[in-house]
Amino acid sequence: MDLFEYQAKELFAEYGVPIPQGRVATTPAQARQIAEEFAATRPGAKPLVVIKAQVKTGGRGKAGGVKLADTPEEAEEKARKILGMDIKGHTVHSVLVAGDTKIAQEFYLSYLLDRSDRTFLSMCTVEGGMEIEDLARERPDALARIPVSALAGVDHNKALEIVRAGRLPEAAQESAAALAERLWAVFTDEDATLVEVNPLVYTDEGQVVALDAKVTLDDNAAFRHDWDRFADPTAADPLEARAKAKHLNYVKLDGQVGIIGNGAGLVMSTLDVVAYAGEDFGGVRPANFLDIGGGASAEVMANGLDIVLSDPDVKSVLVNVFGGITSCDAVANGIVSAIGMLAERGEPVRHPIVVRLDGNNAAEGRRILEEAAIPAVEQVATMDDAARRAAELAAGA
Amino acid sequence: MAIFLNADSKIIVQGITGSEGRKHGARMLAAGTSVVGGTNPRKAGQTVDLAGHSVPVFGTVAEAMAQTGADVSVIFVPEAGTKGAVIEAIDAGIPLAIVITEGIPVHDTAEFWAYASAKGNTTRIVGPNCPGVASPGKSNAGIIPADITSEGRIGLVSKSGTLTYQMMYELRDIGFSTAVGIGGDPIIGTTHIDCIRAFEDDPETDAIVMIGEIGGDAEERAAAYIDKNVSKPVVAYVAGFTAPEGKTMGHAGAIISGSAGTAQAKKEALEKVGVRVGRTPSETARLVRDLMNAG
Repeated sequence: MDLFEYQAKELFAEYGVPIPQGRVATTPAQARQIAEEFAATRPGAKPLVVIKAQVKTGGRGKAGGVKLADTPEEAEEKARKILGMDIKGHTVHSVLVAGDTKIAQEFYLSYLLDRSDRTFLSMCTVEGGMEIEDLARERPDALARIPVSALAGVDHNKALEIVRAGRLPEAAQESAAALAERLWAVFTDEDATLVEVNPLVYTDEGQVVALDAKVTLDDNAAFRHDWDRFADPTAADPLEARAKAKHLNYVKLDGQVGIIGNGAGLVMSTLDVVAYAGEDFGGVRPANFLDIGGGASAEVMANGLDIVLSDPDVKSVLVNVFGGITSCDAVANGIVSAIGMLAERGEPVRHPIVVRLDGNNAAEGRRILEEAAIPAVEQVATMDDAARRAAELAAGA
Repeated sequence: MAIFLNADSKIIVQGITGSEGRKHGARMLAAGTSVVGGTNPRKAGQTVDLAGHSVPVFGTVAEAMAQTGADVSVIFVPEAGTKGAVIEAIDAGIPLAIVITEGIPVHDTAEFWAYASAKGNTTRIVGPNCPGVASPGKSNAGIIPADITSEGRIGLVSKSGTLTYQMMYELRDIGFSTAVGIGGDPIIGTTHIDCIRAFEDDPETDAIVMIGEIGGDAEERAAAYIDKNVSKPVVAYVAGFTAPEGKTMGHAGAIISGSAGTAQAKKEALEKVGVRVGRTPSETARLVRDLMNAG
């Protein structure tokens, strides 16, 4: 789960990582009110505040999502311009109104997973502010990459090693190291997979402050945290939100063939095979990823079909199940009762459903579906042929 | 021979009294696997009935090893306790620990992996979030269905459970020496390369199949390894060509970040070193079949 900048900064504050003062606003009037509070404590400051769009994507500045304001009136006006703006497909629903920081120099500091070496990595450079991917590509030597052991972690000496490797100026090193040590506590104690500060700034007053904040939390660790406070109802696709409420592993895509399968790898593979087949039918593509897992009970199948068929773009459905531990007769019974359940709910299936069952007890599973003789259901023996048929049906619909 | 797991392997189940541990412990026994015990510190000294077999429960892995001579542990302990269970297995010095549990926080995996490394990697870790290891006709440690394939000379290593099963099933007449499900998490113990190296050295394996998916660079690394070190033919399949950037596709590790971890890049890296890459799982199976028939 990615956090908004203001949420990441709330976490930073809890761990004593220095951040500029600021609060989040969802309306122009709120932005004005926050700016008025700044005006009261910092009369005459110019600029008074900076207004930053809260979106979970980069390049806000270039898109016009970050603006300065000298007065509360101006803060309101700038917030009005930013709220509702679209930045790379993300609608701005809130802005962070923060005090201005006098920047002497911009650095970069992050902690992340190093999948290749199965450990953690700190990246640091004196050349902050720019896109870090660009720096890594253009001048990799300028970006220090320091492995961090999951056992040893980051103590003050390790933090000093990191900021020195990033060639931060000597005067800033002690403060930056203190910040880096606290940031490590955020990374580990909050089960983050990424904590990134770009820019980390050295102020005119000689302080080191996290001017921006990016945090990604590990969804697998949600059971030991209170992360409901970070939930973002505005972000999720409505179908994805409904699927999540039913504990279904669903990702909305932009095609016409609804996909249901068991196992993440098999479902990813099914999307690919449908896309290949779709090339022969005017570019038909998969409409979603949906992994119903190993069990595949009738209820899970019904919920899955319900979600997939609620997608107005879906013209046909492909159910691709390989019976491993689950036997195919159970899956077939699941499909039959699922379609029955949907009819009872007053949502009878109107799109063709292509089913491919293979593996454990496939013959019995196929017989059950044949005997049920559901008009919408068509069985195809192999995954490749089933994908082809589903693409064809979607194109013809 | 086979790799990692053979007919002499003696297996314990950590978490044997839980529902998953019992269910799959019974399945392993039914497949002819030597399941010699299990652990649950609160039920030490008791026995658990697995489909008619009475299996002893020990307090610790060390005790189970001392009493039974176990050399493999299959771990079903739920995610909140998995890290502790793996560290216990490492401390006991068991040669192979297979972590089936899914949904483990990656900080926990990073920690037990670092712990294993600090101890000199005397315990091989497979997983987490994996279906386990199966050497058909010899032993089955994990949740891979035992009856979908036969013993043979193909070695299989895969990030995906269901695609593993499908491949084993499609090639059931030719058969497998060992199939290793390495799991789909961002950090895993045993990698594609570890398995490919072992298959290359295994006299009972003639060809290697590797199944990869989006995320990370394990497949690219495997390609570089194959180029320099592998003489046996390798056939590959990669899932996730249509996956969008930035979305986790079921497995915690299956995510394209920016331009990194795409299926296309993995396919190209593998093909560049002479690995045949199937467009679909069935085509991949056909490539393997042709290879085995020609050989």
